[in-house]
Amino acid sequence: MSDAHRPVIRGAVVDARGLNCPLPVIRLAAAAKDAGAHAILTVVATDPAARYDVPAWARLRGHEVLAIDQDGDELTITVRLGELPPVTGIS
Amino acid sequence: MNSVTRVFLDAGGSAPLHPVAQQALDATFREGWAEPDRLHRESRRARLILDGARQAIAAVIGARTEEVFFAPSHVAALHHAVRGVARGRRRVGADVVTTSVDRAALLNAAEFAAARGNGRHLLAPVDGYGRVHVETMAAAVASPGVALAAMQHANGEVGTIQPVERIYSAAHDAHVPLLLDAGSSLGHLAQPDAWDLLTGNPADWGGPAGIAFLAVRAGVRWTPDWPTDKDEGGWFPGGVSVPLALAAAASLEAVVRERPDSDAHRRALVELIRDTVPRTVPDVQVHGDPVDRLPHVVTFSCLYVDGEALLGELEKFGIAVGSGSACTSDSGKPSHVLAAMGALTHGNVRVVLPRDASTAGVERFLAVLPLAVQRVRNQIGAQGL
Repeated sequence: MSDAHRPVIRGAVVDARGLNCPLPVIRLAAAAKDAGAHAILTVVATDPAARYDVPAWARLRGHEVLAIDQDGDELTITVRLGELPPVTGIS
Repeated sequence: MNSVTRVFLDAGGSAPLHPVAQQALDATFREGWAEPDRLHRESRRARLILDGARQAIAAVIGARTEEVFFAPSHVAALHHAVRGVARGRRRVGADVVTTSVDRAALLNAAEFAAARGNGRHLLAPVDGYGRVHVETMAAAVASPGVALAAMQHANGEVGTIQPVERIYSAAHDAHVPLLLDAGSSLGHLAQPDAWDLLTGNPADWGGPAGIAFLAVRAGVRWTPDWPTDKDEGGWFPGGVSVPLALAAAASLEAVVRERPDSDAHRRALVELIRDTVPRTVPDVQVHGDPVDRLPHVVTFSCLYVDGEALLGELEKFGIAVGSGSACTSDSGKPSHVLAAMGALTHGNVRVVLPRDASTAGVERFLAVLPLAVQRVRNQIGAQGL
């Protein structure tokens, strides 16, 4: 399915298919950094850990999980970003 | 020769051998090597040693000697306990109730036994600390058609102690037997008198690998669904290694005797780790109940970290830890315990302190961890997220 056919609510889509943990969360976090507060982002992943780690990341970062959809091996999670916090001390 | 002093912090289910166990093994391989069921003097000597080992374990767990059966492994003890009781109570029902954070061997056995009897395997949910939801599990245990309830005393991955007495009370009221997996707690915590069947794992407390035990209260209904013989009451056909049994029992007595000291020592080190890591490593989630926990287990997950790469970095510093991250498992799946808790599963570090863990070793681990995490984050391009 091309991006043009995705529902509008999905916002920007991060394609993390074929990537293993923690890369799907890292790609999503990188996209979040470039998006504004309250932006909607969707990640598509095939890594089984993403199902747990994307919601855990959202909780840690104050984002909201809007939808989780599993279609075969493919997992789609949509989040709405919270107020973007200042970057913490990872350098 | 390796010049770096090793720091071993991965003792869960595989602790360094206690010196008492080593002594018992040496002596018993000399004196008690004989098969214990024959009529000559050598065999009778082995039988006496085996009976003594059984008696010692029974005394520690508050059971009668004849209620203790030696198993060839902790996995086998759990499998046979679940299968035997499920088979024996098949007229009552075929459902098996567990928590969602029990060890894989117990969950697998529950799934197997329930499916074979056309029953259901019911998994009670846990909270963010990994503690089972008491009301939900109690209600499941009290529902019609339950053959067996089974749960851990404490979680070996995150350390949280389960509300065993309350589940036992609910099971008792419903006339459902409770199998208690003490594989991560025996030798480390005082044992609750709240079980109908109980398993213990010597390799976890500093006894030898290759042996475990199952204790079964008199009156628990069970039927073997495997070909059996007279050995170990029919629970574990093929008999038992007498030297391993004695080493298991002697080391259990020793660790229980030493617990006042080792408990305080290890709790202080766990506290140090729980306190230090969130201050020195950015974006860390520390798991498990902060208070009601095993004295020697502490687990945390580092955001944006590849668990396997982190274990490799620590290994370069001579430090051995465990992990529940997917990339460190054979299955490629993350720890079902962390998943059930809703915790971050990647970048997971599991520290299980052996009884004689040195303060200097833990301090070295804490000193190198921030650097190791930073290196792994830099390698994967997670700076500034």
